[in-house]
Amino acid sequence: MRNITAQASAAATRLAASDVAVEVRGISKLYSEVEALRAIDLDFPRGKLTTLLGPSGCGKTTLLKIIAGLIPATAGEIRVNGKVVTGPGPERAFVFQDFALMPWATVMRNVAFGLELKGMGRDERQAIAAKYIAEVGLTGFESKYPHELSGGMRQRVGLARAFAVNADVLLLDEPFSAVDEQNRRKFQEDLLSLVEKEKKTFIFVTHSIEEAVYCSDRIVILSRRPGRIAQIIEPEIDRAASPDAIRRDQSYLDTVEEIWQGLKRYVD
Amino acid sequence: MKLFGYRVPMMASLIVWCAIWELVGRSGVLFLIPPLSDVLVAAVALVQTGTWQAAAITTLNSFLVGMALAILVGVAIGVLMGRSVAADNLLGIWVNIFVSAPLSALVPVLMILFGMGETTVVVTVFLFAVWIIVLDTRAGIQGVPPSLIEMGRSYGASRFALYFRIILLSALPEILAGIRLGVIRGVKGVVIGQLLVSILGYGELFELYSRNFDMENFWALTIILFAAAMLLSGLIESLEKRVDYYAGVR
Repeated sequence: MRNITAQASAAATRLAASDVAVEVRGISKLYSEVEALRAIDLDFPRGKLTTLLGPSGCGKTTLLKIIAGLIPATAGEIRVNGKVVTGPGPERAFVFQDFALMPWATVMRNVAFGLELKGMGRDERQAIAAKYIAEVGLTGFESKYPHELSGGMRQRVGLARAFAVNADVLLLDEPFSAVDEQNRRKFQEDLLSLVEKEKKTFIFVTHSIEEAVYCSDRIVILSRRPGRIAQIIEPEIDRAASPDAIRRDQSYLDTVEEIWQGLKRYVD
Repeated sequence: MKLFGYRVPMMASLIVWCAIWELVGRSGVLFLIPPLSDVLVAAVALVQTGTWQAAAITTLNSFLVGMALAILVGVAIGVLMGRSVAADNLLGIWVNIFVSAPLSALVPVLMILFGMGETTVVVTVFLFAVWIIVLDTRAGIQGVPPSLIEMGRSYGASRFALYFRIILLSALPEILAGIRLGVIRGVKGVVIGQLLVSILGYGELFELYSRNFDMENFWALTIILFAAAMLLSGLIESLEKRVDYYAGVR
């Protein structure tokens, strides 16, 4: 585990430009009177999974939606692959906490929807969608409707939709919070193998410490409102080990404990 | 329903009421109520007459034109109110007044404005049906999950695609419910409009039969109208059932 405290070594959070997929520069967000985020500076390394972790109401989802271009920032700017973000764009794809699937559309149509909006032809987009439906393990469910699927399966559809548009950066907003515990574990394992396979940049919001430590290359801990960077941690866990071995690994458990000690003061 | 351990079909109660009607009719206590069998015979004869067919076409025409306008305008205003707080504040009070106002009282005024013809009837149908469609559409639009709209935006939906591929489809169950209630109100509108104008379609026939105490034909007319209204709302209801699963899962 490597502990990088933001204030002490700002330089350590800055990486070489080509290794950075998303740059956050001086982002602040005010909701009328409430200050949600204050002067966030952050780099998201390319091809890695970075988690935004923090107490509820720390603005982590707000930051993610600002990166997605769904919410405007009050101050500061976001750069993706060096280009300033002004709204949603094809190089970013979003996975929603409540899945955001269209209940009137089949799994196939939902997964292909991003491509449909781009105007891609039916056969072409269905072929791409089929590939990702298989990758998230939903082969055979192509013509089912969302209400016929479990929560975990619905989020797999959401994930496949995000993969299908072939964005560089995937933004995941508490993707497992509406999925039950057992399915969540399996899903986390599958996500890790997809991260390995797809070589994309993942930005992941969660309030679960275990989930963050288990999945992330880098964890950014935000303080309570107004959200600021409290700590950056890189859990150095041997991902080659089996999932169950990781969950019993001493370094894994120590990291969880350390984060908990840091976050405890924010809990009422 | 079960009776003495046997399952009684849904519409069985109707048979009981039909029997009561027949008995009351045969007893001759009320000359306003002829036996049901006579009414049904009259109905069969009635639908074969040119008078009825012409009246039915006039009525159906006014109804369909009025309903089509009500659906177009109602859904458009409902979407506007559901999406814009300013429009909601501006129009909300009027829609809520008109949805419960006794609109029949307005028909004489409409006659002055639109003349003693079909236009008045079309406007009456429109005014009867449109408000509930506005209100239900507005509720449906407000019920569209914000994340579904964010999903559309983040995957690059144009404004047009956002409305026609996401927002309107998501609100479809409520919009259909509004249209179904609007159809029922529209049937009232077409009859009331024609009765007050009273030289048109069904209204003319109603006026003619009731003035001459031709009760068989009067009731036959009523039954045909009821059946048509129920059939229409039943059709829309079956459409609603097909999209019903939306509401549960969004």
